[in-house]
Amino acid sequence: MDFRHFFDSKKISFIAIFAVLTTFSAVQAADTATADTIAATSHGAHAEEEFEPTNMIMEHISDAHDWHLWGHTSIPLPVILYTDKGFEFFLSSEFHHGEHDYHGTYYNYRLVDKKKIQVVNTAGGVDEEASKKVWDFSITKNVASMFLSVILLLLVFTSVAQAYKKRGAKAPKGLQSFLEPVILFVRDDIARPNIGHKYARFMPLLLTIFFFIWINNLLGLIPIFPGAANVTGNIAVTFVLALIVLVVVNFSGNKYYWKHILLPDVPWWLYPIMIPVELVGVISKPFALMIRLFANITAGHIIILSLISLIFVFKSLAIAPVSLAFVLFMNVLELLVAALQAFIFTLLTALFIGMAVEEHH
Amino acid sequence: MSFDIGNPSIGLVFWTFVAFLLLLLLLRKFAWKPIMEAIGEREKSIEDALTSAEKAKAEMARLTNENEQLLKAARAERDVILKEAKELKDQIVADAKHLAQAEGAKLIEQARKEIDDQKKRALAEVKNQVSSLSLEIARKVLQKEFEDERKQEALVSDLLKDVKLN
Amino acid sequence: MVGSIAAIGAGLAVIGAGLGIGQVGGKAMEGIARQPEAASKIQTAMIIAAALIEGAALFAIVVSLMGLQ
Repeated sequence: MDFRHFFDSKKISFIAIFAVLTTFSAVQAADTATADTIAATSHGAHAEEEFEPTNMIMEHISDAHDWHLWGHTSIPLPVILYTDKGFEFFLSSEFHHGEHDYHGTYYNYRLVDKKKIQVVNTAGGVDEEASKKVWDFSITKNVASMFLSVILLLLVFTSVAQAYKKRGAKAPKGLQSFLEPVILFVRDDIARPNIGHKYARFMPLLLTIFFFIWINNLLGLIPIFPGAANVTGNIAVTFVLALIVLVVVNFSGNKYYWKHILLPDVPWWLYPIMIPVELVGVISKPFALMIRLFANITAGHIIILSLISLIFVFKSLAIAPVSLAFVLFMNVLELLVAALQAFIFTLLTALFIGMAVEEHH
Repeated sequence: MSFDIGNPSIGLVFWTFVAFLLLLLLLRKFAWKPIMEAIGEREKSIEDALTSAEKAKAEMARLTNENEQLLKAARAERDVILKEAKELKDQIVADAKHLAQAEGAKLIEQARKEIDDQKKRALAEVKNQVSSLSLEIARKVLQKEFEDERKQEALVSDLLKDVKLN
Repeated sequence: MVGSIAAIGAGLAVIGAGLGIGQVGGKAMEGIARQPEAASKIQTAMIIAAALIEGAALFAIVVSLMGLQ
């Protein structure tokens, strides 16, 4: 697998852009961290409140009902609730960062822990029974960021497709020439060797998975507004991707694939062991995909945020240069990981599909 | 501590499903299909161009080969013609030589015959001359001999002596 | 207390995965050094093997993270 060509080309401009981005990220993360500490200190009437890196990190990597911009400014996002009596629509700004309850049409709602929406009963406490019947379909930060990535991908690739239509068989140009090697890489190094001659049918899925994961990984690395959501580092997102892979693999499986699972080549008295093992294998392969992507991206975010936190843990400006150097290094590494994880997810998907459609002679 | 591992939020699952499937369908229709087709077409055209270049090269080689063959054939033909001409020339020369030789021989033969004839004629004449001369001489000798009577008688008796009657 | 034990579990998982991926990478390097023309095939196989090992380690990490809750 030769992916030098897509790192080599424009390597220098890549590095330049990312250096700028990472510096930005470091400064911005430091900014928000200070804002958090300042907020903490000014809010608490007590003496100095301890800076809790765990809370700060968890807040950054988990989903939210508003999109944080800077300081105390954030974009409110729509809340959509499905209750047993009907839908409820309102903006998350109604909660005032969880300080107020919202009086909805059917129930009163409260934002608990900045992310969970619970029903409040007349006594002013959380009504657990009623809360279980409320389904939260809100456009959260992750959902909004994902929509942004979808729009970006649609814009980019429809324009590239237009370029192909317009230029026909001529040499690619501009964005087209940047993306063509990546598309060819997915086709020639991922799909073709692993799936075989039936690869063309799965190309749309593989390309979509690859670019969807890649762009969401990259958006997650941008520390300021249009990015900063931890989309691919959320188990719900990777769960859906893995579920789609599971469905596609098993629905495209041919008789050899099913024979291998249900009637493996072993003595019949081993079937009670082999069949459950094979069935577990069917589930565990996409499960590993789900966990891998989630853990890699989340771990990357946690490491970067932890390095930033060092400054505030030690309460010393002298730590800042060291911490920033590490953050810069980690950010560049995460750029590699962003592409690598998209690649590995796509490669393993192709491999599983290849196993399912392989013909035995 | 709020990790989402245990309970992925249903809203995010739902929206991810919607967003991803929508993205997949739209991109498949509006992006991947034309892009893959265009790339495939371009690869095909490049391949075609390469094949036709290969073909042209082969054709070129074939033509060159043919030319060479023709040249070779022409050269061979020329050689044959030259050889034939030379043979013909040799033949002509040989024939001429032959003829000349034969002619010469004939001439020589004729000359010799002529010479022989001449010689014979000369010899015959000489013979005639010699015979008439000798006759003359004999007549003159006989005349001189038989002027005397006794001598004649002697001779007749001598001759008669030799003759014996049987 | 639970947190520290979970951290130890994560650390142990990382040791295992590190050893495993180190082995895979090292052997792949040897293979590439011996047969440079097979580099791309070896690389693919190496990445797949490393991904599988990593998967096993990730399970352990997830279990230890769940222990945190």
